[in-house]
Amino acid sequence: MLIDHPLLGLRDSSEFIYMGDAKLLNRPNWKSKNSNTKFIDYGYLRKNPAGEHKELWYHEQGDRSWLVVTRNTVTHEILKVELARYLKRKANAK
Amino acid sequence: MKYSGIKVLWEGLRGNMGWKPLWRNPDPKKSYDIIIVGGGGHGLATAYYLAEKFKITNIAVLEKGWLGSGNIGRNTTIIRSNYLLPQNQPFYEFSLKLWENLEQELNYNSMVSQRGVLNIFHSDSQRDAFVRRGNAMLMSGADASLLGVNGLKKMVPFLDFQNSRFPIKGGLWQPRGGTVRHDAVVWGYAKEADSRGVDIIENCEATNFLVKNGRCYGVETTKGVIKSKKVGVCVAGSSSQVMGKIGINLPIESHVLQAFVSEGLKPVIPGVITFGAGHFYVSQSNKGGLVFGGDIDGYNSYAQRGNLPVIEDVCEGGVALMPMIGRARLLRTWGGIMDMSMDGSPIIDKTNITNLYFNGGWCYGGFKATPASGFCYAHLLATGTSHHNAKDFLFNRFEKGMLIDEKGQGNQPNLH
Repeated sequence: MLIDHPLLGLRDSSEFIYMGDAKLLNRPNWKSKNSNTKFIDYGYLRKNPAGEHKELWYHEQGDRSWLVVTRNTVTHEILKVELARYLKRKANAK
Repeated sequence: MKYSGIKVLWEGLRGNMGWKPLWRNPDPKKSYDIIIVGGGGHGLATAYYLAEKFKITNIAVLEKGWLGSGNIGRNTTIIRSNYLLPQNQPFYEFSLKLWENLEQELNYNSMVSQRGVLNIFHSDSQRDAFVRRGNAMLMSGADASLLGVNGLKKMVPFLDFQNSRFPIKGGLWQPRGGTVRHDAVVWGYAKEADSRGVDIIENCEATNFLVKNGRCYGVETTKGVIKSKKVGVCVAGSSSQVMGKIGINLPIESHVLQAFVSEGLKPVIPGVITFGAGHFYVSQSNKGGLVFGGDIDGYNSYAQRGNLPVIEDVCEGGVALMPMIGRARLLRTWGGIMDMSMDGSPIIDKTNITNLYFNGGWCYGGFKATPASGFCYAHLLATGTSHHNAKDFLFNRFEKGMLIDEKGQGNQPNLH
């Protein structure tokens, strides 16, 4: 698979480390209500879709950025690649 | 149908005209006592043990495709019980004991060949870890012995003992491990379940569950609605898809694992051999092909095919361990979809919907577990309580922090 890195262009997926579901970006607040249940969900439960999946890839053999890749898990087609830090900044600005 | 030497002789004399299909092809009834979703090895083993040990025969097994079309036909056929943790090892030893009597029990030649499993180690610390593992195996009633370099040189002289990066220091040897003809397992279980009255319904996909007031009372399928007192899901690889239909998120990611077979060669590999410094394991099939595999590809996938970097990595591991296979040509590679659970261990448990049960999360160790998984799942479905060998394979181990993590990798499914 080739991942279209937003800064570096097409890179081979073997340069990356896979971290799984991009929901890991949204860590629950430990002070919130039912934070125990939320952390069990965050740590262990996954939607695991057959089809479009937003997931985290870490460019370890490259610029060490975290990417959010939208990929089809049935065809391996990569639909969208974004820098995780930009997404996070955008979300925090809201 | 009963197989015997006399039957083979008789059929040979009569032009082999008397062989019959091994299972019927029934239409589904309106209702059953138990429906098992998934006609793979585990599902059919469950149906067989329900009928044989728990005397429940009003059962349907629903299979989306044809029998043997899933992971039971895609694995590398290895059986062994060389686990470490006390929650796992007795279960796999129970499974190995069931394998040992499987052919007699099913009256079907599944070619159980206990040719031994050898785990190579390459350093002193790895030897310590394997000694500990061997002791855990012995304590569960399994067999294990530690071989030094001299013992190994007699058994497998072709290994690269003097490898400068990963010199071979010895191996952990389980003589009772081995290989099984994987398709014959599913056919054998299907034959015996069917002869006890179990309806095996192929080309019948479960599309939804019938749930009312938190109780499951049947399944919607492509062949209509079928009611049932209990429903057991047993679809490892697609577990998240099936359970997702009623909104249950599982502690599972689906990953693709590739397997490989070389062209047919003269007999050269005596048993199953695993490399201790990379991920590579190999056995030789009865047709002569080297059957080998390694790591999963490492990203969520339902594609049943993998990518080239892992093929390269596995082949490198193989050549590092036994350079002699460097010129063998690769014949085929294929991929299967694994339920990779968050701690690398399976789940056989009730769900929070009454009368709906779940069996899955086998990672890439499901084949060797087939008989015990079927037995323990049948026990759970019939009695409502966990079998003592599977009492820790529960959903709530994640929230309780009682993970069964053989590799100690944490909740990172692609590392198990």
